[in-house]
Amino acid sequence: MTLPGLLPELEVVRKDFPILERTVHDGLALVYLDSANTSQKPQIVIDTMVDHLERHNANVARAMHALGAESTEAFESARDVVAEFIGAPERDEVIFTKNASEALNLVANTLAWARGPLEIGEGDVVVTTEMEHHSNIVPWQLLTERKGATLRWFGLTDDGLLDTSNIDELITERTRVVTLTWVSNMLGTINPVAEIARRAHSVGALVVLDASQAAPQLPIDLAAMAPEERPDFLVFTGHKTVGPTGIGVLWGRREVLEQLPPFLGGGEMIETVRMERSTYAGIPHKFEAGTPPIVEAVGLGAALTYLGHLGMDAIHAHEQAITAYALEGLQAVKGLKVLGPLDAAQRGGAISFELEGVHPHDIAQVVDSRGVAIRAGHHCAKPAHARFGVQSSSRMSSYLYTTPAEIDALVEALEYTRSYFKLDG
Amino acid sequence: MSTGNTTGQNLDSLYQEIILDHYKNPHHTGLRDPFEAEVHHVNPTCGDEVTLRVHLSDSADGVRRVEDVSYDAVGCSISQASASVMTDLVIGRSVDEAMAIHADFLTLMQGKGSVEPDEDVLEDGIAFAGVAKFPARVKCALLSWMAWKDATAQSLAGADDATEEK
Repeated sequence: MTLPGLLPELEVVRKDFPILERTVHDGLALVYLDSANTSQKPQIVIDTMVDHLERHNANVARAMHALGAESTEAFESARDVVAEFIGAPERDEVIFTKNASEALNLVANTLAWARGPLEIGEGDVVVTTEMEHHSNIVPWQLLTERKGATLRWFGLTDDGLLDTSNIDELITERTRVVTLTWVSNMLGTINPVAEIARRAHSVGALVVLDASQAAPQLPIDLAAMAPEERPDFLVFTGHKTVGPTGIGVLWGRREVLEQLPPFLGGGEMIETVRMERSTYAGIPHKFEAGTPPIVEAVGLGAALTYLGHLGMDAIHAHEQAITAYALEGLQAVKGLKVLGPLDAAQRGGAISFELEGVHPHDIAQVVDSRGVAIRAGHHCAKPAHARFGVQSSSRMSSYLYTTPAEIDALVEALEYTRSYFKLDG
Repeated sequence: MSTGNTTGQNLDSLYQEIILDHYKNPHHTGLRDPFEAEVHHVNPTCGDEVTLRVHLSDSADGVRRVEDVSYDAVGCSISQASASVMTDLVIGRSVDEAMAIHADFLTLMQGKGSVEPDEDVLEDGIAFAGVAKFPARVKCALLSWMAWKDATAQSLAGADDATEEK
């Protein structure tokens, strides 16, 4: 079947992803609906990484030979691709990290060490939200505990939207950082980031945006944003954007990055080293101590180039079409309750749900026996689950290669789950 | 290509009828007094939780018995059924006997499906033999057992402290 908004030639696109051809459990077709956890990789990413290892491998920025130059060129070209993908005002504002968690910890830690205008002290406030991934909560708990500052957060409405009704109490002259996710990994909610950034900037706070779930499915153009609505930092991870694991991205505004102290010390991040003290390289290298994940960065470059060829607008339209179809199909299952907004236009492609009478672990196990891969648990968002009074949930998450038939397979597997646990017909 | 039968058998080896029965009608649930120790254990990967209390008898004859195990648990069918079966097995036993059963169950769960369970010792617990073949679910089955061992150790330690104080 086809739906308006699906990627053109979806079957051809799927052939780019070799893993989608495989079977599980002795011959069942794989139905991979766990892309918010990690996405699958197209052949071009795999081939680019293999080619780099086979033909261009050398350390970067420190080898005075042909391979060193090729490897450095490939690594720095990947930075250019990332910069273009997010519309970064400057390519040197793009810092490679190992994942989004490290990027968030880099910001929180260097802020904890900062002196001068960026120093955070007693009585200062950091604001986050109740729908964050643990990686955008715990680093800020650590920061505020260390500095005697206070962590506060936006709550959620019953519909799973950010509750901004008390924004004036949260964002005040004492607020130094506002950090939030663009798209919730559990509820799918897309947050009003422009409005919140504007409010935060009006009191001089820094804005940190976790784009881990946004980067795979929304077009991002930082340079096109109004300066007061543009975050000061944006992070995402490579493996959710059809790239490899082990590579993440921190984009930061040059002026702020230059004021922050280094994160890790070591090779590459220095200007000169004497035994008494050292001076540091400029951005981005100041924040990239040690040999970086070179082939992973090169793979990420190939991944984002691939997404660019498909077009992020087209991918977003595809996600919306599949999400709308899935919301309809899921809600037709008796006893199933979706957590989060029910309007596909207001949400991303991760859909968490409960099925009355069956624990999420058991749901995931039974649907897996039909070849359908979903996630069960708290999805690293325990506070958001607690907000809705649930211990854990099941989550399906689609991506650019997901077909309506795969959603049908999930719905059928859920009906089978109901019958397996002998819930009333 | 459909291998519904194989799939069904695999699932059925995990979800034995005994497990589903205990899941639907768990034994010894709720938190009761008296108790000497209460513990709270969590499976961090899925968020399953159990709060569990242990009440041991006085050691008048030199043997301490598991008088009661009461619990409040949130979790999947495997973790809930395992808690129910565990209480059936340990309540009324001496601590030493119960610890031996615990050891047998642990061996079964860590055996990756290669351990033949002894029904005389593990009773309904043999239904969990299939769980051992699903590595991701072993922790579910062990959650309450580990909580019981922890609480029992704390009860014994508390009793020792009390004796020393006297």
